[in-house]
Amino acid sequence: MAKTVNVWLDGHHVEVPDTMTIIEAADKYGVHIPRLCYHPDLPPTANCGVCVVEVSGNPTPKRACCTPVAEGMKITTNSNKLRSYRKTLTEMILSHHDVKCPTCSANNKCELQSLANNLGVNPDALPNIMPNTPIDDSSLSIVRDVTKCIACGRCVTVCNEVQTVYALTFSDRGIHAHIDTAFSNGIANSPCVNCGQCTVYCPTGALRERNDLDGVWEAILDPTKHVVVQEAPAIRVSLAEEFGMELGTVTAKKMYAALRKIGFDAIMDTNFTADLTILEEGTECVTKLKSGSKRPLITSCSPGWIKFMETYYPDLADCVSTAKSPMSMFGVLAKTYYTQEHGLDPANIVSVAIMPCTAKKFEAARPELRDSGYQDTDFVLTTREFIRMIKEAGIDFKEIKEEDADEGMSFYTGAGTIFGATGGVMEAAIRSAYTLVTGEELEAIDIMAVRGLKGVKEATIPVPGFGDLRVVVAHGLSNARIVMDKIREGLATTGESPWHFVEIMACPGGCVGGGGQPYGNNMAMRARRGEGLYKEDRNLPIRKSHHNPEVTRIYERFLGSPNSPLAVKLLHTHYFERSVNTGQIIKEATHKHH
Amino acid sequence: MYKEICNKYAPTKDNLIYILHDIQDTHPQHYISEEAVEVVSEYLKVPANHIFGVLTFYSMYSTKPRGTNIIRLCESPPCYIKGSDNILRKLKTMLSVNVGETTKDGAFTLELAACLGVCGNAPVMMVNDDVYGDLTEEKIEEIIGKIRGGN
Repeated sequence: MAKTVNVWLDGHHVEVPDTMTIIEAADKYGVHIPRLCYHPDLPPTANCGVCVVEVSGNPTPKRACCTPVAEGMKITTNSNKLRSYRKTLTEMILSHHDVKCPTCSANNKCELQSLANNLGVNPDALPNIMPNTPIDDSSLSIVRDVTKCIACGRCVTVCNEVQTVYALTFSDRGIHAHIDTAFSNGIANSPCVNCGQCTVYCPTGALRERNDLDGVWEAILDPTKHVVVQEAPAIRVSLAEEFGMELGTVTAKKMYAALRKIGFDAIMDTNFTADLTILEEGTECVTKLKSGSKRPLITSCSPGWIKFMETYYPDLADCVSTAKSPMSMFGVLAKTYYTQEHGLDPANIVSVAIMPCTAKKFEAARPELRDSGYQDTDFVLTTREFIRMIKEAGIDFKEIKEEDADEGMSFYTGAGTIFGATGGVMEAAIRSAYTLVTGEELEAIDIMAVRGLKGVKEATIPVPGFGDLRVVVAHGLSNARIVMDKIREGLATTGESPWHFVEIMACPGGCVGGGGQPYGNNMAMRARRGEGLYKEDRNLPIRKSHHNPEVTRIYERFLGSPNSPLAVKLLHTHYFERSVNTGQIIKEATHKHH
Repeated sequence: MYKEICNKYAPTKDNLIYILHDIQDTHPQHYISEEAVEVVSEYLKVPANHIFGVLTFYSMYSTKPRGTNIIRLCESPPCYIKGSDNILRKLKTMLSVNVGETTKDGAFTLELAACLGVCGNAPVMMVNDDVYGDLTEEKIEEIIGKIRGGN
């Protein structure tokens, strides 16, 4: 039990629990201590030293991020001595940094840039002794530029502790200490699952997505190409914050208007294929439940999770839904159903996906995802790239007049939109699976037990004619490990999984917390974006995927029925076993049956 | 063979550095290969990136193949004041290598070390497990020649 202690912050008396660190107490009472490596979502690493404060009874300053408060502590956060320390430390960090702010992807978002500016440091105080290390651009998703790295260690913490992926590590020591992959083999030859959480937590531009904007602009400006665009659920609640609107505002119609102004030929929506995913995955789930299988069905939307499963749990690959992700379903349909409906040649289609995700770039390049006869998805842009595109096009996003998407593969229900938040796929699936099993409609469709930011969320849903449907939701890969280990253990000991249906998202918070989302966000901001999606769900006229008229239409006109042979051919996939050291394919873990 | 070395130790994380030393000491090229790390990683259930972090943190480990004999010249201030820079120059020219490199015949690898704890005899170097103090350029020729001859 935490005790309350009396602490004096710059002379102001406050009472705080003794479990807090000085920086947490200061943040709680609005006293700003300059910091660089500290992040409220992550355990402190005390690498940079910028957050030093003076504490009564101590001859030397203490780092506020890792010093717990204690009874009677008198803390000074600002003095000439501290200002001088902080300046010197920042100058030393800058001497190791490739200061090319105007062209850096983190410009105006960089925590080092704003710290240096706020502290008024002298940029020429120390000579620049930046090591000449080449950029690691081996990955399809993530670029690592050591010349911009300040070795704060946030990416190492996120990669190893939050995500348990074990791709990044500290290497060497002292002045030579830097961040690397094992044997400097590069991200593409590490167990990296491309989740991109390292890019979100990086305080500078040292970790960023691979830039695919040029290819997209080229296609848009090529009159022979018909460029179709889809946007993931999370995008519509992640743009407002970048354009002077309230965080989490739903801006779907402004997003469509911006896309049209940029010059995309057909503005569609991933939310449509999210609804379609529910029909495909829900039918798969119901078939599995009815067969009496003791093995669970696990969702397959999150490409970071899929590569993680292929690397660390290939023995459970048969438990993962064969349904492609909503993005890849859209990709294959854009070059089959869409072209057929509009009399277009699929060879001229360029399919672009705007995703909150860096791992989607890797997914799009998977050679098995070419069931249209072409690469199903040609380009993936992250939310950050899309924001740059809007700015490059000179669009006043806040003021742009709202427009609708083009008709067809853009219609969506509330179930489709909540895919963007942790628990959303589960909730959407339950809304429809209930009907698929019982033939009746579920009335209480707000399934609160699977919402929110708790790492592992369990729920039991009584389904007449089946019994209790046991489900679990995990977000963040360390939480995924907890769930997967329990499934593995259950299957090995009792022969039965503790749950029937499992939702896993690689990123903490789900897609609203994706690795391609705007820089500088934290768990609290991710929650606000998620609330935006649930708000949109409440306000939509249709809230169940199986009532989406365009989904009904695509089955009538093209696919036949859920899990039909054509649906299986186009909308389902198979998985591989990968090396835990290199991430490379060892062999097929499941096979695609036609 | 890496698996055999691992099997001599209990599969607990605290044995990591002992296993790594054993692998390095028994390898003819005195280093720890990527392949060895993969075996150790599987044996101890410690991710390869963590082992790489350990290998690069401690200067006594090498991830690159090295020569039969490893020279570690002290670069700390007492040795420097007593002329270790001249000794280093002598070693570099005599062996035709830079720091961190191995001679063409694979006989010597030249490395720098932090204090070897024999400051009274500065400048100091170690060749394998032997310490040589009060070094002069002449002494270097003699030591290297002796080891070469001994081989």
